[in-house]
Amino acid sequence: MSPKTSPAYAHYTEGEPVADAAAPPGDIAERWDRRRFTARLVNPANRRRYTVIVVGTGLAGGAAGATLAEQGYRVVQFCYQDSPRRAHSIAAQGGINAAKNYRNDGDSVHRLFYDTVKGGDFRARESNVRRLAQVSVEIIDQCVAQGVPFAREYGGLLDTRSFGGVQVSRTFYARGQTGQQLLLGAYQALSRQIDAGNVEMHARTEMLDLVVIDGRARGIVARDLVTGRIETHLADAVVLATGGYGNVFHLSTNAKNSNATAVWRAHRRGAYFANPCFTQIHPTCIPRSGDHQSKLTLMSESLRNDGRIWVPRAHGDARPPNAIPEDERDYYLERLYPSFGNLVPRDIASRAAKNVCDEGRGVGPGGQGVYLDFADAVRRMGRAAVEERYGNLFEMYERITAEDPYEVPMRIYPAIHYTMGGLWVDYDLQTTVPGLFAVGEANFSDHGANRLGASALMQGLADGYFILPATLGDFLARHRPGQVSPDHPAVAEAVADTEDRLNLLLAVDGDRTPDSFHRELGQLLWDECGMARTEPGLRKALERIPALRDEFWRRIRVPGSGAELNQSLEKANRIADYLELAELMCLDALHRAESCGGHFRAESQTPDGEAARDDEHFSYAAAWEFTATGTAPVLHREDLEFEYVIPTQRSYQ
Amino acid sequence: MKVTLRVWRQPGPDATGGMVPYEVDGVTPEMSFLEVLDTLNERLILAGDEPVAFDHDCREGICGACGVVINGRAHGPERTTACQLHMRAFADGDVIDVEPWRASAFPVVKDLVVDRSAFDRVIGAGGYITAPTGSAPDAHATPVPKPAAETAFEHAECIGCGACVAACPNGSAMLFTAAKVVHLNTLPQGAPERESRVLDMVGQMDAEGFGGCTNTGECAVACPKGIPLTAISSLNREFLRAARKSA
Repeated sequence: MSPKTSPAYAHYTEGEPVADAAAPPGDIAERWDRRRFTARLVNPANRRRYTVIVVGTGLAGGAAGATLAEQGYRVVQFCYQDSPRRAHSIAAQGGINAAKNYRNDGDSVHRLFYDTVKGGDFRARESNVRRLAQVSVEIIDQCVAQGVPFAREYGGLLDTRSFGGVQVSRTFYARGQTGQQLLLGAYQALSRQIDAGNVEMHARTEMLDLVVIDGRARGIVARDLVTGRIETHLADAVVLATGGYGNVFHLSTNAKNSNATAVWRAHRRGAYFANPCFTQIHPTCIPRSGDHQSKLTLMSESLRNDGRIWVPRAHGDARPPNAIPEDERDYYLERLYPSFGNLVPRDIASRAAKNVCDEGRGVGPGGQGVYLDFADAVRRMGRAAVEERYGNLFEMYERITAEDPYEVPMRIYPAIHYTMGGLWVDYDLQTTVPGLFAVGEANFSDHGANRLGASALMQGLADGYFILPATLGDFLARHRPGQVSPDHPAVAEAVADTEDRLNLLLAVDGDRTPDSFHRELGQLLWDECGMARTEPGLRKALERIPALRDEFWRRIRVPGSGAELNQSLEKANRIADYLELAELMCLDALHRAESCGGHFRAESQTPDGEAARDDEHFSYAAAWEFTATGTAPVLHREDLEFEYVIPTQRSYQ
Repeated sequence: MKVTLRVWRQPGPDATGGMVPYEVDGVTPEMSFLEVLDTLNERLILAGDEPVAFDHDCREGICGACGVVINGRAHGPERTTACQLHMRAFADGDVIDVEPWRASAFPVVKDLVVDRSAFDRVIGAGGYITAPTGSAPDAHATPVPKPAAETAFEHAECIGCGACVAACPNGSAMLFTAAKVVHLNTLPQGAPERESRVLDMVGQMDAEGFGGCTNTGECAVACPKGIPLTAISSLNREFLRAARKSA
């Protein structure tokens, strides 16, 4: 493995199509039940003989670790944070969708399925989404039983609210901290299993490579972040629950240390990476305030239930917002999309914000912002009611900006938030490497080209609590338990690769910091592979990234040694992987010469500026196979068939 | 703005530490406190020095990873986490002391990084409701009165940062433990394990070497999430009730 130099590529070769062989045929409403019945089972007494590695402790990983341990498997779990409770799922604010229809407002499993396929702009697999909608109902039951303090009404029953892209009220929430409360539920269940000795927990330990033996995932190479020791852990199956790769953009709403190394290393070892260009830009984030900016903060989409988005009608109107009279304001989402108004899906809201800012009507420093105004909401329901719904969000906004959103409209701007792309998985959530599974945001499965609000928590918990524990058992039942020998040459090779790479990072002793590379890469991606993408821009990025990668390996400076807590080394190692992943993202964006969901190719739009899909040529998931750094990858298409939700041009007007 | 940071530097758990002054220029009021540390670290790396190690992750005040003592106060002068503290809270020319959490149950790992795994073990001892996946009844099977749900939520907001322990002159973890006990013991779902939960968690808390509570109330002042001091009296009540029942 030589991570050093590499030529530019803007081409790829075409391989055999990839098919999802795990989903049973037949009526979509019965597929999951049928799959659960056909799945082989492991005798309860035999389960403890199987070891399962789970990497990550967010909603998907935490739920999976706890559930697999409850079932009786031996779980060995990892997180880079100092505690499993800190995974970035904790920062999810708004809520979690479930087709409970407690509101009697016309919701159903089928409608949630329909909304999700449509919201994803017809680039997700129907079987998976239907299952997600079905399982959503059980998630709420599970979480309530764990003591998750969801918002309730005076009668003691659960409250719900609406999110973008839907016309029912199916989002369960715990003020603006739903992710925190759901994650703590999973963390507590996991803690119980750790205490009982069923889960061996390794905190502050980061996976750096996957061990593949005879074509099957058999373990991981990890670094103890405190001592710097490189360790190998072997198992009967490996589950990656390591989240998304939004931090490739440097500025995103992700936690600073969220990273793509686990999935990228797995990709290099044979797991296909699907739809890397499907990244989600969230419309309501706090705009950046200067060059020092280290991350962006999201303001929950739930704010769009009651907040109204506007910009001044006139270009360059520099008056303070409250001095702009009503008839000189442009509530552009309400104007353009009267039936969904401020609650259009995220991709549409983001692009509309970009458009008005590009027109020169943006507000705040640099004109990179739009107003999210609560004046009407305060008048309508009173300040106390607004405070009860959004109090903590308003407080957070005020803390960051020193402006009081009860008095002055919030300023918001889109930011990278979520990645729909990820490791390709079949219906069983298994990657193309047998024995390697990917759950939650780490996989590509359920959101197509755009994720609807409050669906990430749903998917993470569906995968972790219900789906993986059913399908993983089938894989294990087909293989005899027992670890491979730690002396296997493949183990030594993976360890040597990891050590070489870290030593190289330390040895370069150049003149640029890891952060400086991260910022440069992030800016390039935001400009060329962000909200609007063009062929010339993507080609430019594909030229620049290999050069930047080359420079990285010549000029990086990582102080200290590998045998200690070394946060610069951790960072540099993650950035090295971003510099490879970024190239694949741009290639994927270049090859997909259509617009769909969060992927907007300026060349492919309708007369009124909406994303124009090209189903004839692009109704497939693009699963990429790694060849070598800087070498053209192989494209495997998974054709998408729509039997139940017939693709149409999405309309939210 | 220009500020002087006096930062606790300690190469490893067993090494001797000390305060080291650094001047940081180009600070703006919009910067977060951790962004000032970022700026300092960029400079240190280029100068060939070791950057300051500190825990941080979400930078939104919710993950609980960050936490340093700033001018003698856990998370600094405002009621928030260090990542959400902005430099508008300081003035040009300020000298700011930055230290790790100080508590015997939180040993220093390096510089400003401490080991808070004791908190995980306190939760593992009983800070959960036993509800194995798949066993749950319908979510509406047991209505929860709104006031109880609100009380549970307000205590469930704890982010496990450890500021309460750092602020306490005794290094006590009573507020942390109390927050979880009140969250779960307030809900009907938590009732079956009500007694064992409080007894086991308090037992683990003591075993981890946290100090005793002498009602100084510093914890609740430092808590970035506003967990109320009354949680501790609720914990004591739950503990006495459980001890009496199990005696």
